[in-house]
This record gives sequence, structure tokens and C-alpha cells, in this order.
Amino acid sequence: MLLILVKLEFKVMSESVEKAKAPAEPLFSKKNKKLITDPLSDNNPITIQVLGICSALAITVQVEQAFFMSASVLFVLIFGNWTISLLRNLIPSRVRIIVQLVVVASLVIIVNEVLQAFVPDVSEKLSVFVGLIITNCIIMGRFEAFAMANKPWPSVLDAIGNAVGYAWILLIVAVAREILGSGKFWGLEILPKGFYELGYVNNNLMILPPMALIVVGIIIWIQRSRNSSLVEEH
Amino acid sequence: MESTLDIFVKAIFSENMIFAYFLGMCSYLAVSKTVKTGLGLGVAVVFVLGVTIPINYLLENYVLKEGALEWLNPDYGVNGASTINLSFLSFIMFIAVIASIVQLVEMLVEKFAPALYGALGIFLPLIAVNCSILGGALFMQDRQYSTMTDAVAFGLGSGIGWLIAIVFIAAIREKIRYSNVPPALRGLGITFIITGLMGIAFMSFMGIDY
Repeated sequence: MLLILVKLEFKVMSESVEKAKAPAEPLFSKKNKKLITDPLSDNNPITIQVLGICSALAITVQVEQAFFMSASVLFVLIFGNWTISLLRNLIPSRVRIIVQLVVVASLVIIVNEVLQAFVPDVSEKLSVFVGLIITNCIIMGRFEAFAMANKPWPSVLDAIGNAVGYAWILLIVAVAREILGSGKFWGLEILPKGFYELGYVNNNLMILPPMALIVVGIIIWIQRSRNSSLVEEH
Repeated sequence: MESTLDIFVKAIFSENMIFAYFLGMCSYLAVSKTVKTGLGLGVAVVFVLGVTIPINYLLENYVLKEGALEWLNPDYGVNGASTINLSFLSFIMFIAVIASIVQLVEMLVEKFAPALYGALGIFLPLIAVNCSILGGALFMQDRQYSTMTDAVAFGLGSGIGWLIAIVFIAAIREKIRYSNVPPALRGLGITFIITGLMGIAFMSFMGIDY
């Protein structure tokens, strides 16, 4: 199946190279810029579209894990969106979910091998959550909603926008939980010793999994209070 | 050594898929508006987890794990087939199994139990991309259960845990419609916070587990 995919991809690539010779809109036209900036706030994948929550919450105890997770999602989403967009006219709609899963799974295998080779301790901590990028709803959601209907370049921009929108929420939650929960940032002690001598205690509750949900809930609360058009009816 | 019952009960309560690992949150948030649909999806998840975990267990132990291919031909290659390690393929194999089983289950249910299909029908395709199914398979691989029975118990337990979680939140969301929630928290925000509080409540089950 993969072989067929690769062959098809090659065919489409050569086609799209031919088409690209025609004068096209500028690479960063207004429409394209919007693709990147929209998912950062008003159409954020986590707080507005509610996608990709599964992995977002479990790995936000430390900033380091959250950073590597975001980087992995960025990589998988960019290349996945690009591949699916190239293949979009060749995928029969009945089997599209399986084709999409094969594309993501192959990319995630690459990510997993790279993480295991270069940052084995992070890979150990992320454990099953790297594999779970496959079923991360952001990725399948973007494939379905955008890449299946758009050209490769806008799809790449859309991927960057959504992955960064995912990453910044993840990093905020991770920073809040690591600083409040263990007084550290990226594994380094950042709170001065004097704090502890004055009686300051780390809030161990922040390390527990349920607090991730509550922190995200608070982010949603702040975001929707600032922009009342996002408020939903129950 | 944990007994099978331990694994089952642990998977339902202290290692609940939603409250301890946040797996399957996407469909949990999207389909929990009413108890009826929540129950439908929950039952479908129990069903699919109960079927796919044992299949992935066999795949893991007889094909993917290092040395798992020993049954094939002990004399293969230099050191025999026992040196083959295909575990890097596990993601793609697991997801392929899940996607095809979901399709198969959908067809079988449609053919032999049309009433059940009417109830589960729309939820089954959703399940292929539910994180808790793949998550269950990966946890099974990670924890290396020793027997098939343990794997089945884990699969069913996780499914039932997920079912309980979605039914509870759906019931709460049905009632919360009558409360005066701050506008900016309505819908998604309050659901997150309630899930967090329920998670803290479920953590008390950890007391059983030393």
C-alpha cells in the first residue's frame, strides 16, 4: 500500500511542478497570512475547535516534554498536510480515513525513531503519547477539513498555524504547571531559595493530571471573556 | 504479581482512561451533550476495545516484539528468527488493525444486529480515531501483560472506565444547562473544569493502589 502511495505521490508532484509555472498568487498573500494567524487565537485548535486535547494534557507536567511534543506535532502536521494535499485527488473517499492514518502513522514512526535516538530520556517520559499523535484529532481534523480540499502550499501554512496554535497553549499550561508545581523551568530551579525559607511551598496539586484540565479551562475562560463573540450557548 | 481482577478494576477506576490519562477526550467532549448519545458511544468503545486489545496482543507477542518471530523458523539468518525486532512497526500495525476491525465490526453489526447498528451506527466510524483505542493498545504493549486473559481484562476494563466517564459527564452537562454559569465559561470551559474535579475525585481510588 505504501509503495502505491509513493508512486502516486510522485506522479502528483510532477504534475504540480508543471502547474506551478503559471503565475500564482504571492506566497504570503493576505489570505495565506490569515491561515497562519487565525488558528493562533480566534480559531485555536485546542480552546476553540477542541481538538487534540488527549495528548495536550498528559504531557504538560514539564516544559521540556511539552516542547518536544509540540515540535513532533509540528513536523507531523506539516508533512502530513502536504502529503495529503498532494494526494487529495487520488484518494477514494471511502478509504480516505485509512489512507490518512497510514500517512500519519509513517510520519509518527519517523518522529519516534528520531526522539529515541537523540533525546532518549524525553522519549521515555513521553512513552505512549508519541504514538498517540497518530490519533491526535488536530491532525486528522486538518487533513479532513483543509488538506483534502486545498493546494499544498496553503495546506503547509494551515499546518504551521494550527501546530503553533496547539504549541502555545501546551507551553503555557506546561510553564504554569511546572513553575507552580515544582518551582522549576525546563528542569532548572528558578524560584530563589529565600522563597522556601519564608515558608513558600510548591503546590503539588499542580503536578496531578486533573489540574491540566482546570488550567486549560481557565485559559478558555480568559480567552472568551476577552472576545465575547466566542461565547457559546450551553 | 497482579491478578486479572486487579488489572480489570484498576483499568476502570484508578487508571481510568479519561481521568488519569485524558485519552479519547475529543469524542468525550464532542458527544457528551446528552446521556443517550454518550451511552451509545461508550458501549461502542467498550466493544471495540474488547475486540482490538486481544488482537493487538497476539500481534505484539507473535509478530512484533523482539524474538516474537521465533515460531517462524529458529534457524533463520545468522542467529535464528529470534533476533528479529519489528517493534518499530507497531504504530502502523496497531492503527491498521484498529481501522480494519472497526470497519469489520461495523459491517458485521449491520448484517447481524440491525437494531444495535441503529443505536451504534453513527459512532462506530468515529472510534477508529478515538485516542483511547490506540492508547489502550500502546499501554498494553508498554505494560507487557503476561497472559491473554489479562489483556482482555485490561481492554474491557478500560472500555468500561471510559463508558462510566462519558455517562457521568453527560448527566452533569444535562443538568448544568439550568445553572447560571458565567457566560465565558459556558459549554467547553465548564466541562473542562468539571472533568478536572471529577478527575481529582477519581484519584481517591488510588488509595487502594499502593
